[in-house]
Amino acid sequence: MMKLHPMAKQRLAFGILSLSTIFVVLPVLAVVYLLLSRGLPAINWTFLTQPPTNMMREGGILPAIVGTIYLIIGTTLFALPLGVLAAIYLSEYAKPGPFTRLIRLSIVNLAGVPSVVYGLFGLGLFVILLRFGASLLSGSLTLAILTLPVIITASEEALSSVPQSFRDASLALGATKWQTTVHVVLPNAISGIITGLILGIGRAAGETAPILFTVAAFYLRDLPRSIFDQAMALPYHLYVLSTQVPNAPPRIQWGTALVLLTLVLGMNLVAAIIRTRFRRARKW
Amino acid sequence: MKAGSCNGSRKSLRRLVEPLIEKFVALNGALAILFVVMIMAFLLRDGLPVFRSVSVSKFLFGRDWYPLSDQFGALPLILGSVAVTLGAIVIAVPIGVAAAVYLAEIAPVRVREILKPTVEVLAGIPSVVIGFIGMVILAPWVKGAFDLPTGMTALTGSIMLAFMAMPTIISISEDAIVAVPRDYPSGALALGATSWQAIIGVTVPAAKSGIIAAVMLGIGRAIGETMTVLMVTGNAAVIPHSLLQPVRTMTATIAAEMGEVAQGTPHYYSLFAIGLVLFLMTFLINLVADLALQRTRVRR
Repeated sequence: MMKLHPMAKQRLAFGILSLSTIFVVLPVLAVVYLLLSRGLPAINWTFLTQPPTNMMREGGILPAIVGTIYLIIGTTLFALPLGVLAAIYLSEYAKPGPFTRLIRLSIVNLAGVPSVVYGLFGLGLFVILLRFGASLLSGSLTLAILTLPVIITASEEALSSVPQSFRDASLALGATKWQTTVHVVLPNAISGIITGLILGIGRAAGETAPILFTVAAFYLRDLPRSIFDQAMALPYHLYVLSTQVPNAPPRIQWGTALVLLTLVLGMNLVAAIIRTRFRRARKW
Repeated sequence: MKAGSCNGSRKSLRRLVEPLIEKFVALNGALAILFVVMIMAFLLRDGLPVFRSVSVSKFLFGRDWYPLSDQFGALPLILGSVAVTLGAIVIAVPIGVAAAVYLAEIAPVRVREILKPTVEVLAGIPSVVIGFIGMVILAPWVKGAFDLPTGMTALTGSIMLAFMAMPTIISISEDAIVAVPRDYPSGALALGATSWQAIIGVTVPAAKSGIIAAVMLGIGRAIGETMTVLMVTGNAAVIPHSLLQPVRTMTATIAAEMGEVAQGTPHYYSLFAIGLVLFLMTFLINLVADLALQRTRVRR
């Protein structure tokens, strides 16, 4: 084997490493470009504000957009209080020990549970046992549990990064631990919590497998009227358009994919902006 | 001084309420444990009854998955998941770890500030969108390139899953590499090593536990992925002999069949049993990853 000079070897190695990185980045750009170039022509006022017509081969995707927004709201309502309280426990109250260790291990495992297993769980608990049926309520609860690990982890990080001196000052003034947590720690951690919330909910909004058996409807003429109604949702609608509707026009498929991606990445972007804004404004 | 007069009673009230609040908060803290236990319990409750119709070994090692004629051999599904995941990992690990090394050690700050958000974008793309792209772009290409009857193959699934596992592998490996104390490579550099020799001989080996954790979490992500494989792997429940044939994973089976089964039938139970197998596999994978991460924390 030819022996290379160490510097030549280094140049070769660095070249391979940067090539690998390009190999990750280029497809992402290609996907975004494809979605924009093929999806944008589909997007117009009718597409965004009308229900599908002609067996989903024409018309718009309004019910799917509305369904996904309802799911986002429902998921937030359940996941935010539970997630933040759990994070407050871990950051402010928990003492190191086997119980805390068990909680952390559970969070890690919850984060690793496949999304379709969440779907099975939601089906077994909410749809069948609690008799909520396939409904916005069941879907939101299922997505909320799926989102919890993200919200807990992000909120705990935000709470723990508030300097100890803030707490000490409040406690020294006679405030109780809970008052300190609510009036001093929480307000200073709010940007991190909101960032985590948006990231978690953004992920949930793009999920398909957990809503398959808990809420998603193939086609509904009317928008859902109560939390016990089924709903259409953007990710499931894209799945339906790509696999269940023969000869669905590609224009509508790409348009739906673009709307879904814009919604999810838009939420990520908002989270990123909040994060940098508040980091700059931080007083410590 | 109205405020002063009621101050005392309010204080004692607070002393009563405070421990209650603490209990309530602790209860919420334990939610994660509760949910893991409940998921497990539901999978057991609705999964175990399948073993009234089929033995455990017939279920795990049976080669025929024909639920309509009550044949519940899940081996093709398990091997389908394993094949697609292995393929994905073989692609994603070298590229992902190389990209992590590049981002952590070599890339100029400016370049990194552009590349890292791009990787985050990749992590944010919903799996159904990745599946759609795989269907309409990659599958026809695979069909043509290998001259196959269909482009919906295990390989198509592996390639798409590789991209979905990469953000996890990259970000966790990168964290591990960045966390290696700077003295380590400095020592090598002072002894006359080139930057590359210091990276490959010192920094990367020192980040080994973190990189192992990254790979494990990547495997967990790939094996549990549902929509993408459902849309691109062709869903044929046969034991795979090559990556160039259609396969059907455990996740895709649950997603495709659960909508059509009646509650309380052996078929219904069998899908929960597959969910149980899947849950146990990801549980083990995450446990190993967590132990590896724990090791990196203890050492520092």
